[in-house]
Amino acid sequence: MILALSQLACARGGRLLFTHLSLTLAAGEAAVVTGPNGIGKSSLLRLAAGLIAPFEGGVTRSARMALMTEDLALDTERRLGEALLFWARLDGLAAAGERVARALDTVGLARLADVPVRLLSTGQRRRAGLARVLAAEAPLWLLDEPGNGLDGEGIAMLEQAIARHREMGGAVLLTTHQPLAVPGAVILPLAERVPV
Amino acid sequence: MKAALTLIARDVRRGYAGGGAGLVCGFFLLAVVLFPFAIGPDRAVLARIGAGAIWVAALLAALLPVERLVAPDCESGWFDQICVHGLSLPLVMALRIAGHWLAFAPPLMLAALVAGALFGLDGLGMARVEAGLLLGTPGLAALAVATGALTAGLRTAGGLAGLLLLPLALPLLIFGAGSGDMGALKLLAAVSLMLVAGAPWIAAAAIRSVRD
Repeated sequence: MILALSQLACARGGRLLFTHLSLTLAAGEAAVVTGPNGIGKSSLLRLAAGLIAPFEGGVTRSARMALMTEDLALDTERRLGEALLFWARLDGLAAAGERVARALDTVGLARLADVPVRLLSTGQRRRAGLARVLAAEAPLWLLDEPGNGLDGEGIAMLEQAIARHREMGGAVLLTTHQPLAVPGAVILPLAERVPV
Repeated sequence: MKAALTLIARDVRRGYAGGGAGLVCGFFLLAVVLFPFAIGPDRAVLARIGAGAIWVAALLAALLPVERLVAPDCESGWFDQICVHGLSLPLVMALRIAGHWLAFAPPLMLAALVAGALFGLDGLGMARVEAGLLLGTPGLAALAVATGALTAGLRTAGGLAGLLLLPLALPLLIFGAGSGDMGALKLLAAVSLMLVAGAPWIAAAAIRSVRD
């Protein structure tokens, strides 16, 4: 087991978003959280990451995680490669430079490694966010709307990256409101499961 | 240790990037230059108020970078990633104080040499001012980081930062301006140490409340 959510309830701004949500992800497994805006998809990911406390229930993680949200968290004035290297150095793993180079290559941004982050387009920024996740080499991926802003080629790259991560024994919890091919994933449609 | 150095290096680089340190020093010197215009050219008077004027200017200059110290990282999700990496928020804020001090204090202390010359301070007087700045600026950096965290996300952050920081910095000003006396220097060091010890926890709590 890499991630276990047990009887989770989430309240934000005095509003109960969902209750009794349980999920277990083992190596190679994935779960896709779907639902309309404001239903609590991003909050569920933040709960899973330990960034907010659950109203009820508990979260157990047994491995390192990498989080991708709409917030890039990269220094916009730095070159893309350097900005990613900062986070890779904090991962506590060796060969940070090689990991970043591999990740940039995977997301198709290797040629933009020397370009300041502020000059990247929306889609390129999303790819950069995925590159940070890839470079972390963490067993658990938490991806919040990872397909937003990506073109068709980007979506295909994302799906391949998720598939490869699962093949290598990783687990993925992601939210999306657009179709993503994640074969064999558990689907969690929040709106249908949970009274709000 | 490697992570700590990485974090400090980032903050130092950000401090100097875009002429940030130069702006602080320029503002500091400009504020110092205003005193002789307001008070007059009497060298004895200027030498007597020199240390106090330098400290007032240092406090005002310390306000300049406050808005850039924490708020941009709150907005960009940087602190979320820090927590995902399992790093302690108070420790990260302590390192940010160190990084901010390294970017803020050495240039300010160099500019203080110029300011001291403008006020006609002698060698001993200048040494006392520099010793005071060396002991007091860590507390000033800690206050700036804590204030930056407390006002992060607020629309009127700039004005509020001044209202928060300046009163809290009064002990630094009082003991710093009186740094000709050894007792005042010891008290300055004590206040500075207290601020450096407490600010990371205050800043971390403020950031947690913004993130929630």
